Amino acid sequence: MTSHVAGSAAPTSPEVGAAPASKRQKNRGLLSRRDMWVLALLLGIPAFVHVFLVWVPTLASVLLSFTSWNGIGGLDRIRFVGIDNYRVLVTTYPPFWPAITHNLIWLGFFMLVATPLGIFFAVLLDKEIRGTRFYQGALYLPVVLSLAIVGFIAQLFLSTDQGLVNGVLGSFGVKPVDWLGNSSLNLWAILIFASWRQVGYVMILYLAGLKGVDPTLREAAKVDGATEVQTFFRIVFPVMRPINIVVLVITVIESLRAFDLAYIINRGLNGLELLSVLVTNNIIGEASRIGFGSAIAVVLLVVAVGPIVLYLTRTLREESR
Amino acid sequence: MAAPMTPAPIDAGGTRRTRRIMIRGLVGLSAAALIFSACSSSSASSAPSAAPASQAPASAGQASEAPASADLGATTIRSNEHEKVPAASVKAMVDYCTTKTGVTAPISITNHNDFQDKFNSFMQATPDDIVKWFTGERLRFPARNGLLTAIDDVWATIGANYTDGMAKASQGDDGKKYAVPIVSYPWVVLYRKSFFQEKGYTVPKTWDEFVTLAKKIQGDGIIPLAFADKDGWPAMGTFDVLNMRVNGYQFHADLLAGKEKWTDPKVQAVFKKWAELLPYTQPDPLGRTWQEGAQTWANNKAAMYFLGTFASQQVPPADLADVDFFPFPTLGTQYDAELGIDAPVDAWILSKAPKNLPAAKAMLACFATPEAQLAFLGEDHSQIPASKVTDTSTFTEQQKKMAEIIGASGGVAQYLDRDTRSDFAGAQGMQALLQDFIKNPSQDLAAYTQKIQGVYDSLPAQ
Repeated sequence: MTSHVAGSAAPTSPEVGAAPASKRQKNRGLLSRRDMWVLALLLGIPAFVHVFLVWVPTLASVLLSFTSWNGIGGLDRIRFVGIDNYRVLVTTYPPFWPAITHNLIWLGFFMLVATPLGIFFAVLLDKEIRGTRFYQGALYLPVVLSLAIVGFIAQLFLSTDQGLVNGVLGSFGVKPVDWLGNSSLNLWAILIFASWRQVGYVMILYLAGLKGVDPTLREAAKVDGATEVQTFFRIVFPVMRPINIVVLVITVIESLRAFDLAYIINRGLNGLELLSVLVTNNIIGEASRIGFGSAIAVVLLVVAVGPIVLYLTRTLREESR
Repeated sequence: MAAPMTPAPIDAGGTRRTRRIMIRGLVGLSAAALIFSACSSSSASSAPSAAPASQAPASAGQASEAPASADLGATTIRSNEHEKVPAASVKAMVDYCTTKTGVTAPISITNHNDFQDKFNSFMQATPDDIVKWFTGERLRFPARNGLLTAIDDVWATIGANYTDGMAKASQGDDGKKYAVPIVSYPWVVLYRKSFFQEKGYTVPKTWDEFVTLAKKIQGDGIIPLAFADKDGWPAMGTFDVLNMRVNGYQFHADLLAGKEKWTDPKVQAVFKKWAELLPYTQPDPLGRTWQEGAQTWANNKAAMYFLGTFASQQVPPADLADVDFFPFPTLGTQYDAELGIDAPVDAWILSKAPKNLPAAKAMLACFATPEAQLAFLGEDHSQIPASKVTDTSTFTEQQKKMAEIIGASGGVAQYLDRDTRSDFAGAQGMQALLQDFIKNPSQDLAAYTQKIQGVYDSLPAQ
């Protein structure tokens, strides 16, 4: 749910809706009645879908987060409990703070390691080195796999008794390492697998952007005696601003909606607690806690939307200056 | 897809099959087909089993045997058994009862774990008449919330088929009956006869004998007791049996029902005993599934394994006769003679508004007969019928022993996640809390049990 909300923010990049107001006003006079209807329909349907599939459920989640309901019976069985859910969340609910920490670690790892690595690969592949196609394919392949599949692959690699990694290490006489069960190791182990996928994703996006950069810019920089590194950081990177914003937003979304890997491996227990998994664990099952799960979802929403809104308002303000 | 709360034997193949799909995909299947097949494997729904029309009139002919005539019509059945063997068991049972009662019943199937996750919404929508489910608190909860139909009139005729314990396990809070138990299996210490013989080990009856044996096994460079708890639920079995041995069945039942407090020093005594047991169990249990634990034991890298008898599914079929088991050792307390045990029961329940009540009840009455339950088990020898069986001639040695062990117990529990409220037993409750203890058994137990009680108290009233 959250990702949809955040995702809908993505297209709000500078180009959209940037048409000067005066021009728009002039145009309205030229529209026939039929044009108006078509416009109303074309705008109305997406707006309706957007409101009903994004904002209504979001608001419903926020409202539900102040209630207690086990998911059985009609709406009359929903009981208003004030901020009780939030109080329990931050005081007695054991997995909450670990989940917040792990989500932030995930975000940090993606921001500092996976995404820069993806950008780095894109820059390298943009150089048309030999076998570019092969490298592109190899790096992009994991993106095609669903994260649930990546989770199974991770287990095949990391299982203590039967995993590939311990098998190889064992042949060098290393004692078996409990990759998935040791709560100070397992998050990092699965972050590597999550990054495996994220790197390819960022790479393909960035590569597409790089192809669109005007080559004369680079030639001019070269003529002026700029090094490769200077050219990238001073010329190419600033020119790629729209793509940078998309990559950033995607990085934030991907790290906050992280779910599949942890859920497949141990349903988000023991060192793999994540907000998204906590939401699921509370909502599903026989005696579900819809209100409590909604409260966690609201926390996740705030964490996800907060930084993106901050960043976008800042960049848009700079843009209009 | 990974096995969650319920220790259901059928989960074994689930993971294995998905892995197989994945490996095939890695070898070269296109990624799209891969994702599609992985998705489709998780929610299967079978075509209704065409009930043999020719058999219905045949059974109507034997009026003496089948008092219900064929004109009761049809009912519908929802089964959570998607794996091959148990799905065939359900079909065998339904087919048997179709011949007996003349009631036809198409079976729809939902993936075992998916069904547990969406049980609530399923039972509130338009469920099938008869649904496969569990007993204990997991039965009482939907009964309390008005999702089931009471079947006391059916129990009036089938009551004699069951022990008092089974009758109690089929009750709701209101004392009415809501379930027809069909099969059960005990949690025991499994071992391989040939391996014990070869190494000269003997079956321990008491804690002291167990510790002596465990030390001897460790001396031979072997793990005494396999242990795995990655999925969060297998460790509950150890807590259950230790609590029943240390504090007795009644305290255990009351604790899980919320009538006793986790902060009671009696609970700390259980964890103290568990801390004594941990040095003899397999290290790093939290990264291991029960299947992997069972394989450690099946390959003689561990001498014993405390689990449900379904652990023997991981033993090669040729070696099945080599598998033996015994009840968890007694701890020298006043509850030694009681021999409390976990023996989860699978059952059929009746949804709140069945479309054909008489047909559904006739079917349920038939499910309660030992014959129908033996038809269910067929070639599956890892469980026993839930009803009293007079003719045990078709039983394997192991089945006879299961019946004997459960029969000898003065307190039969269901399993932690079936005996207590499911929002407490789940991943955000006892699963995580028990893992917390296993990771750090020397922690301050007073604070630890306080934390458990805190989680219990934070749950909304039901």
